[in-house]
Amino acid sequence: MPNPAALDEPTTAARPARPALWSDYVQLLKPRVMSLVVFTALTGLVCAPQDIHPFLAAVAVLCIAVGAGAAGALNMAVEGDTDALMKRTRGRPVAAGRVARGDALAYGVLLSLLAVMLMGLALNWLAAGLLAFTIVFYAWFYTVILKRSTPQNIVIGGAAGALPPVIGWAAASGSAPLDAWLLFLIIFLWTPPHFWALSLYTTDDYAKAGIPMMPVVRGAASTRKQILAYSLVLAPVAAAPLFTGLGGAAYGAVSIVGGLAFVGLAWRLYRSRAGEAPGEREEGLYDVKAGAKAARNLFAFSILYLFALFAALLAEHGLKGSIV
Amino acid sequence: MTDDEFKAARKRRNVALALALTAFVVLVFVITIVKLGAA
Repeated sequence: MPNPAALDEPTTAARPARPALWSDYVQLLKPRVMSLVVFTALTGLVCAPQDIHPFLAAVAVLCIAVGAGAAGALNMAVEGDTDALMKRTRGRPVAAGRVARGDALAYGVLLSLLAVMLMGLALNWLAAGLLAFTIVFYAWFYTVILKRSTPQNIVIGGAAGALPPVIGWAAASGSAPLDAWLLFLIIFLWTPPHFWALSLYTTDDYAKAGIPMMPVVRGAASTRKQILAYSLVLAPVAAAPLFTGLGGAAYGAVSIVGGLAFVGLAWRLYRSRAGEAPGEREEGLYDVKAGAKAARNLFAFSILYLFALFAALLAEHGLKGSIV
Repeated sequence: MTDDEFKAARKRRNVALALALTAFVVLVFVITIVKLGAA
């Protein structure tokens, strides 16, 4: 039997430069991603026609946030080696060696179980089932299988990021009707142009890590064309809640004006040389900068666009007061 | 990092864990009260 006193002593052999801090465990939860998930889930919850106790509504949002964070921790546990190769991700706790892979994995599994069980016990098992599906879909199907095997990784994997409003709706009402899936569809169609715009100016990073992002596999021109195609589908779909009764006048104004601006920026990006190698044209350096600007503009606007759409719905339904 | 610093950091983590567990117990208790009230 080991000596308890010895167990209490820190082992110098396998000791990292510094022990993991609580802030490392917060970082494992990907707080920025979590904030977007919370926002869209809250919108789904508020849009649901049924009344829900405010405390239970807060518990539902907490469960979704913790579930999303757990999926992020599992993602970082699996991708520690790949993250270490990319500028954008090499400071993450597992990639930087501040948290052991096994600890991140255990942390992710534990939080997933807690979030799903609490959702089931406090709200309902449809919401809990959708939350469990989302975590498994992101942490296993997307991270382990899709991400490294197909340039459509973002398209299919985007389903995980699109589910939170459906989970929020299900938590409040115990059902997932067409309007909830319309919110899913908006985020699902928004994801490819959003991430491909980003990947057009971070292509080298993805190539170095061996991740088959669209610009790496199919080239920049094909990616720009697909961004435009998705934008042309996204804009009318984002306006659809206006016709199902889910969105009101404010939502209609945001979706129509925002949709036109989104398509306009996607068209500019399509006409640019974003993502192409420097020196391809005579005035290469200038072109690369100009192209990257078009991609950055669409990436930045896409965040504002999604935020504005859901904020409009939240404001319209929040004012009606579905949480009592 | 010295052993003392290492132990102090570990203690801070353990305190955070204890607080999280306590918060979870309180949360489950309040959920139970709210659900019973609704029923």
